[in-house]
Amino acid sequence: MSQAANGQRADGSRSLRLSKLTKEFAAFTAVKSLDLEVPAGSFFALLGPSGCGKTTTLRMVAGLETPTSGSIHLGDLDVTYEKPYRRPVNTVFQNYALFPHLDIYENVAFGLRRRGGKEVDRQVREMLDLVELTTQARKKPPQLSGGQQQRVALARALINRPDVLLLDEPLGALDLKLRRSMQLEIKRIQTEVGLTFVHVTHDQEEAMTMADTIAVMNAGVIEQMGSPDELYENPRTTFVANFLGQSNLIAGTIVGRDGDVVKVDMEGTVVSIPAERAHADAGKGWVGIRPEKVLIAPAGEPINAPGNHMTGGVVTDVSFVGVSTQYLVRMPWGQELMVFEQNTGHRAMLAPGTHVDVSWRPEFAFLLDASQDVNAGIEEA
Amino acid sequence: MAAVETSAPPGPTTPAQPGRRKLTGYWLLLPGALWLGVFFVIPFYSLLATSLYDPKGSVLGGYDVTFHLANFVDAIRDNADVLVRSLWYAGLATLFCLLLGYVLAYAIAFKAGRWRNLLLVLVIAPFFTSFLVRTLSWKLILADDGFVVNTLQTLHLMGDNDRLLATPVAVIAGLTYNFLPFMVLPLYASLEKIDHRLIEAAGDLYASPVRAWFKVTWPLSLPGVVAGTLLTFIPAAGDYINASLLGSPNQRMVGNVIQNLFSATGDYAAAGALSVILLTIIIGLVLIYVRTAGTEDLV
Amino acid sequence: MTGLGRLRLWVGDHLIMLLGLLVLVYMFVPIAVVVMMSFNDNSKSRNVYKFQSFTWDNWTNPCKPSGMCHDVVVSIEIGLLATVAATILGTLAAFAMVRHQFVGRSVANLVVFLPMATPEIVMGSSLLSLFVVAPIVPLGFWTIFIAHVMFCISFVIVTVKARLSGLDQNLEQAAMDLYATESQTFWRVTFPLVLPGILAAALLSFSLSFDDFIITNLNAGQTVTFPMFVWGSAQRGVPMQVNVVGTVMFLVSIAIVLGGELNSRRRARALAS
Repeated sequence: MSQAANGQRADGSRSLRLSKLTKEFAAFTAVKSLDLEVPAGSFFALLGPSGCGKTTTLRMVAGLETPTSGSIHLGDLDVTYEKPYRRPVNTVFQNYALFPHLDIYENVAFGLRRRGGKEVDRQVREMLDLVELTTQARKKPPQLSGGQQQRVALARALINRPDVLLLDEPLGALDLKLRRSMQLEIKRIQTEVGLTFVHVTHDQEEAMTMADTIAVMNAGVIEQMGSPDELYENPRTTFVANFLGQSNLIAGTIVGRDGDVVKVDMEGTVVSIPAERAHADAGKGWVGIRPEKVLIAPAGEPINAPGNHMTGGVVTDVSFVGVSTQYLVRMPWGQELMVFEQNTGHRAMLAPGTHVDVSWRPEFAFLLDASQDVNAGIEEA
Repeated sequence: MAAVETSAPPGPTTPAQPGRRKLTGYWLLLPGALWLGVFFVIPFYSLLATSLYDPKGSVLGGYDVTFHLANFVDAIRDNADVLVRSLWYAGLATLFCLLLGYVLAYAIAFKAGRWRNLLLVLVIAPFFTSFLVRTLSWKLILADDGFVVNTLQTLHLMGDNDRLLATPVAVIAGLTYNFLPFMVLPLYASLEKIDHRLIEAAGDLYASPVRAWFKVTWPLSLPGVVAGTLLTFIPAAGDYINASLLGSPNQRMVGNVIQNLFSATGDYAAAGALSVILLTIIIGLVLIYVRTAGTEDLV
Repeated sequence: MTGLGRLRLWVGDHLIMLLGLLVLVYMFVPIAVVVMMSFNDNSKSRNVYKFQSFTWDNWTNPCKPSGMCHDVVVSIEIGLLATVAATILGTLAAFAMVRHQFVGRSVANLVVFLPMATPEIVMGSSLLSLFVVAPIVPLGFWTIFIAHVMFCISFVIVTVKARLSGLDQNLEQAAMDLYATESQTFWRVTFPLVLPGILAAALLSFSLSFDDFIITNLNAGQTVTFPMFVWGSAQRGVPMQVNVVGTVMFLVSIAIVLGGELNSRRRARALAS
């Protein structure tokens, strides 16, 4: 059997495949017929608002919940109903769940000892080195700081060389600065050990920083999956457009396809959207554009963009956030557009009340099906 | 292969588990439940039965199982004064326990800082010394030529021939003393849970410390007050040790009478009836009290 | 600010603490008396409620009063047996009530709560009525044991339950995730974490059993426990050695509780370092 066929790579990590995975609780369905394939060795993020089913999915993979139906495969190994202690999967728990009665060393050694591993001492020391906690080995978990506890939790799971390492909101309890440095730290460790990481989070920035593939989950199903820039630049649903960053969504009527662009009549202006970014082909649609892609200039002044100029805007609100200035611009049809402008210093800030024109490059816009809620994913983000 | 496994999903932690694990709870519960069932619940039935026996019987000669409701009438008629006195003494002792206990629990919860645990240990410590021995030492403290009586007489708060022993004062003081830890601990438990910022917020919103106590601390500590008063009142109402050791026959409580009927007189029927009456009164009072206090989820 | 004003402020600040300490003193006066009387020489006077003169005799001859030491031993025996039985039964039940599904949970909660909320005299007399109606066991050592286990179980269940429900279930899941089987998870994670609660429950059971008088007195038959010895001798005048036993009980329990407290303090200090 070839390595590709059984999903196991030379370094031992395996792919994770969920098929039609469903979990029903008494009152609701947490996960609905989920299909997902996580390639071996990748850093995969399950991103979604709380209650979207991402943690339930993770717990099913860990064996802490039993699926109602569907299956879970590691490589070609079916582990759907395997006990948690019999599957080559380890978890970094949300609040770390370090054993308070055991010291750091014993916490890290726990899994090896249960499996009767050899050279426990050497492996534990190596692992403590990797997470830079060698000097803390004999302390008890409550004596460590949050960041240190987090690293113990990581070491305790990693030392077992699981086929898949699950991280359940691992950085949620840390403050912002520490979170940033841990994000990079975990990413470094993942590259170093080369194991498959599945990371559950509701923080889109964290997911984008760390993962090479993100699956955006909402209400028990996966909305879209892809690399961070793919998801950000070309969202398929209003939920993804709003949950990952912010989007201006403008109502329009689809005129039709013309070569490799789709033409949309947007409040009287016909805009062209590249076909591979158009996720609707007839009827009404939402034209989406990221705020930082919108260019702004006082009325009548030139804008460096090949697309249509929209005129008649009025600045209604200005927030200065350092690297950029964020404008709200009321358009003639009444909608307020978000416009983020880099503070390059080429022009003074525009005051509220200024009449402005806006524009964007057509290749940055995307088109979504109008049957979706335009506000999906806004509050959760 | 997948189909075979779907038919037998032995998940480890899911709530809906078939078969053996579902029964584990019952097996674990069984021994304790049996013990409590046989030696706590069933005895209530036999007590009720005893209370309905024909009082003409005896332990040796056997009892006739009759529905002798007259036992209850007799018990109430003969012991009305004792019953009232028991409830009265227990009520007063509970009140004093509440006053003393609240101060102590409040001090430990809010003022003790790092001495908190040590003080809690000190509250529990007397509990580990023999109840009877401690009660007997009150006999010395309140003795006729003891320090307390002498001081009060010097201050002319007591007449030269007045005593403390063999008075209601001694019995109530003893009851208060003996059941104080049962008041302090639940009070402390609920005071300790109060977020200190709430009291500060009340102060910030123009409440004087006294008003803040009435409007914030006291209502939030009510669960502890209810639990504490019950844990004090119930054992106090059934106690006879304090009345025997510190009081005179004039301070007899219902516990003395029941104990006497069982051991000295051997009148099991009357003793049973009186026990049932005591329990009924207490349950009634507790229900009214808990309703009024509005905390029904004590357990 | 004047010294007087400062004093007034200080008193205002510490008034509640001072009052609280007074209450604590009230709780300890009788114990001080017990300790004091354990050194009392009452050989020259019949009044056992007054300190006469100092002596070590009561401590050097603790078993002088006839029967007392025997009764102390009986109390210790019953206490140990009842503690073991109640702790085992109560711990099992607590696990069932916190961790397992069963029908009749509210009834179970009520049955556990009731023994703590029933006057001892009623519990004692109903148990006696059972032993009279159905003489399964003759009144004596074993009926006392039965009674003590009965009223200790509730306290054990409540104590262990509190500890158990405070236990983070994630810890057990983490253990299973780290290749510990159900029984390894129990013995390596759950049990060590619940153990302090079980020990506290056992300590409480022993002291409840050792100290019980009302229920014991009704169900003792010819057996005499230490509290019954005290009660009996109270009519004639208690021997001073009773105070020796009281003092020893106090010291031992304080030592155990303080030992536990120091242990956790040391741990807390280690946390701070």
